[in-house]
Amino acid sequence: MAFKLNVNGKTLSADVDGDTPLLWVLRDTLGILGPKYGCGVAQCGACTVHVDGAPMRSCAIPVEGLGAAKIVTIEGVGAGAVGKKVQQAWSELDVAQCGYCQAGQIMSATALLTEKPKPTDADIDEAMAGNICRCATYTRIRAAIKLASGQKTEA
Amino acid sequence: MADGSHLPSANRRDVLAGAGLVLSFAIAGKAGAAEAGGAGGKLNAYVRVAPDNSVTIVAKNPEVGQGIKTMLPMLIAEELDVDWAQVRTEQAKNDFATYGRQFAGGSMATPLHWDELRRVGAAARMMLVAAAAQGWGVPATECTTAAGVVHHAGSKRKATYGSLATKAASVTVPDLKTVPLKDAKDYKIIGKPLRQVDTDAIVTGKPLFGIDVVVPGMLFATFEKAPVFGAKVASADLAAAKGVKGVRDAFVVEGGTVLDGLLPGVAVVADNWWAARKARDKLNIRWAEHPTASQSSAAFAAQALALSKAAPGKTERNDGDVDAALKGAAKTVEAAYAYPFISHANLEPQNCTAHFKDGKVEIWAPTQNPEPGRQLVAKTLGVAPDDITIHMIRGGGGFGRRLMNDYMVEAVWISKQVGAPVKLLWTREDDMRHDFYRPAGWHFLKGGVDAAGEIVGWHDHFVTLGENGTPARSAGMSPTEFPARFLTNYRYDLSMVPCGVPTGPLRAPGSNAISFVVQSFIDELAHAAGADPVAFRLKLLGDKPMVGEPPSGYAAGRMAAVVKLAAEKSGWGRKLPKGSGLGVAFHYSHLGYFAEVVEVAVAADGAIKVVKVWVAADVGRQVINPFGALNQIEGSVLDGLSGALHQKITIENGAAVESNFTDYPLMRINEAPPIETHFIKSDNSPTGLGEPALPPIVPALCNAIFAATGKRIRQLPIDTAMLKSG
Repeated sequence: MAFKLNVNGKTLSADVDGDTPLLWVLRDTLGILGPKYGCGVAQCGACTVHVDGAPMRSCAIPVEGLGAAKIVTIEGVGAGAVGKKVQQAWSELDVAQCGYCQAGQIMSATALLTEKPKPTDADIDEAMAGNICRCATYTRIRAAIKLASGQKTEA
Repeated sequence: MADGSHLPSANRRDVLAGAGLVLSFAIAGKAGAAEAGGAGGKLNAYVRVAPDNSVTIVAKNPEVGQGIKTMLPMLIAEELDVDWAQVRTEQAKNDFATYGRQFAGGSMATPLHWDELRRVGAAARMMLVAAAAQGWGVPATECTTAAGVVHHAGSKRKATYGSLATKAASVTVPDLKTVPLKDAKDYKIIGKPLRQVDTDAIVTGKPLFGIDVVVPGMLFATFEKAPVFGAKVASADLAAAKGVKGVRDAFVVEGGTVLDGLLPGVAVVADNWWAARKARDKLNIRWAEHPTASQSSAAFAAQALALSKAAPGKTERNDGDVDAALKGAAKTVEAAYAYPFISHANLEPQNCTAHFKDGKVEIWAPTQNPEPGRQLVAKTLGVAPDDITIHMIRGGGGFGRRLMNDYMVEAVWISKQVGAPVKLLWTREDDMRHDFYRPAGWHFLKGGVDAAGEIVGWHDHFVTLGENGTPARSAGMSPTEFPARFLTNYRYDLSMVPCGVPTGPLRAPGSNAISFVVQSFIDELAHAAGADPVAFRLKLLGDKPMVGEPPSGYAAGRMAAVVKLAAEKSGWGRKLPKGSGLGVAFHYSHLGYFAEVVEVAVAADGAIKVVKVWVAADVGRQVINPFGALNQIEGSVLDGLSGALHQKITIENGAAVESNFTDYPLMRINEAPPIETHFIKSDNSPTGLGEPALPPIVPALCNAIFAATGKRIRQLPIDTAMLKSG
């Protein structure tokens, strides 16, 4: 059936089964390829998007439950001041290696900084532990969050 | 035929309409000579200078996160003498005839290209200078270059490369072998921390990866193979799968028996991947009986133990008289070490997009090794290799998994069957259950020290996976592996357990496990000798700068230097609270000399906290891109820690038990310690960084745990239950 979705500020229509996970609606039906498939069971965070501002694993959200919720993906997160700052920090510190997880990392980091503009290390651990980086760029992810929040990082 | 002692001059130049200068160079160098099939001189690099003075540099090797799409063009750009901001990089297609071998493996890109690609850049610069000098009627030697502009100081003239490009194309190409190269002190690009060329595309979510490939008319596929590696399909309910909305086809693939080729399975093809994935659940596949259906990790280990007590299959090295030496030792230590299968777990599951049409094949693959993929596809589908085009797409992690091309041949087969372009995507479960695992292995060690604290004998009976005297892929150990050649009495015996589990290279293959065994056992002997682990290691390394001959020579002096540096930077010897400890280890692999120190704190419940890691590295005189270099080292260190702390693939009933990150955990940010890296810039040619930082971290961690708790880790992954003190 046809679902109307609010993605990155636009209303988009997708004719899919109601149990289709949001990730696959975004990727295969709407051509929004930033969110990535990593595990399919909400364990790795590569598919993270914002649903009404909260970081959610789009691989585990059936499209039928979304209603009019505002969905933001990596393609749209830079339209917000916090998202933009996070992307800039990620770029400045060249966080990525392969880069596959980084869309999800940026979405989680943006949600964290929106809620807590000056996160502690413990805040970062808690907010970011749902996002696996197989290349293990964790030291730079931490540094980039600190940079985006205007906090000094240890040398 | 080039013999490697000559670098022939360029054999082709083209001027593309409107595109300015295009340079192709034939280089017969190490890369060509090392290539199987020995095609002789190969066209290895392209530089394109446009009239607007923009410079396009082709990145020849596949990118999987090692930063090569940035690093190789840096070498050309430096000697071309352009501003990095002028440079656009372009990913090469797989083109053996033009570029020679294009692969991401063995940390080889730096040693193979350091010289060649700088020469390519320097030759192009010389041609541009010659073009300017001719036009001005001045000697080329009076011209200088900077930031893509040729200057003649005497006449105060200058010209951009873009304005000279067309003319430069008619200049005689200089001999690459004798083309002058810059002095390192003049480097403006090499040695500068540069961001990856794709960084901005990554952070804004642009489609870059294999999984993101879109081809018009493309269908989506999933492919289910037997849990028991290579088992055939006995039956499948294809009609049920075809009944799912959006499904275009479902069919059995007969497949073959070679584990790295096309294996039997059932393909489902649909309008979107989720439909294919859902339909797959309805297949109700029954798999045929298979000879390896009863193999298990437990049985492999039991066989290894039994073999360790029997005469070895063969003796790989036997120096001195180990038995006599151990009899005469002041103290002896016996220990059995074991490590499990582990999975690559690329975060981007294996995938490939392919289009088989009219006997020709176009492939978009995140592969580390496209040429063998082409050959595999050609052989399996009966297509001429020249009729196959492979686009090398960025891979979401490599780690050696994508050196294999099983997913590629599957995608092509499915595309042929359905007569449409197909994107095949494996599930996470497919990926983890159909890997080429880091092979499990068992080492049964005996060692002895004398009253002076010297190792007098070392005996390793290595039981590995393999058959008929040949170790399984990536399951071997060299007879020159350390500490061979450093001890008077050393014996290495080898026995094998037959195994039907696919194995293959995983980041620092061999070394990632052997280092754990060797450097842990050295620690055991140091403890037996009552010696400090750093001092004991330095004594073992001795005072000769080089042990053995190239190419297998071991630069003991370089290693001693990094051991000393790691010890110094970590404050080795400082007092730590109860339950905390420092551990050290070193390892030479992939031409890199690495020593690492770990500080660990072990809680009463056995929980391990890695407090900090210090890395000392010698990869030669030049770190090409410090930004990328540090990222590779930190990633390797955390990769090794992640494996040691968490990872194990268990084989039961012929199949892998673990299937996703729920039962195969990867390190997360809360476990990642700070890492401090120091380089020694020795007077050696630069070498690669994708792998050599990994091996020492595992034993450094285990040795730190011993220092903290007195408990010796002899089996991976680390069992924290044995570390409980409360």
